[in-house]
Amino acid sequence: MEQPSSHIKVRRDHSVSVVEFVDRKILEELSIKEIEDELTGLVEGEPGIRLLLNFRNVDHLSSAALGMLITLNKKIKEHNGAMKLSDINRQIFEVFKITRLHRVFDIHDNVEQALSGFNA
Amino acid sequence: MAAPADFRIREEQLTELLVESDLRRTREPESRILNELGRCRFSEESTFAVKLALEEALTNAVKHGNKNDGSKRLRIRFYVDRHVAVIAVSDEGGGFRPEDVPDPTADENLERPNGRGIMLMQAYMTKVRFNPAGNEVWMLKENRAEPTNPPEGDPSSTTPARP
Repeated sequence: MEQPSSHIKVRRDHSVSVVEFVDRKILEELSIKEIEDELTGLVEGEPGIRLLLNFRNVDHLSSAALGMLITLNKKIKEHNGAMKLSDINRQIFEVFKITRLHRVFDIHDNVEQALSGFNA
Repeated sequence: MAAPADFRIREEQLTELLVESDLRRTREPESRILNELGRCRFSEESTFAVKLALEEALTNAVKHGNKNDGSKRLRIRFYVDRHVAVIAVSDEGGGFRPEDVPDPTADENLERPNGRGIMLMQAYMTKVRFNPAGNEVWMLKENRAEPTNPPEGDPSSTTPARP
């Protein structure tokens, strides 16, 4: 079942919560804070969450968004969960590479590959 | 301060905007600059770079420079032609020393949630300079043509042309 909200759409695929971003740009501090609040709500509501963030719709992202992802990833690990990222376009992946965060996050080419990673 | 000498831009070429130090107020100047990039046919890659660096510069100025004090202002100056975009963002804060910002790509800093704005600006723009006080940043981006769509053999495309 899809739960609409202001910045993210969440659907369930077996034991994994798959999140898609509604906004094409995850740039501004104000909206990033709102996204963080929504994602934190998901994480705190389900200890051990398996969270997949699908970046299919995203074509811009700022350092504040990277910071939000780092904080979220830490929180998920603290709650014994796991987070994966998928469908990151070439330009955004370059941002992850430049900041070396492609080594911090578990990044997959597409949703299917990420989902099977959770089951491995 | 005036533009760094190697930016080869004169003060009178710049458009100047003064805005309240509030990220909701910076959207309009951002849109104006991005519209200029479109009008001057900036490539997708170069537009992506300017958009990212501009967002980082404005966020830094509002958050770290003016410490989210809405009574302070930002001064934004810009110039765009089809070869180059020059943007300056000044805040009313006490400034900082870029060399004091820890390297966010060092292993020990990789999981810190902040401190990546400056390095992204430097990675994506052709030139980035701070004034000595550290409360003004000048950024220059050369417009690079898309790899699949080379320019019309214009040798001046790597050298900013000045009116």
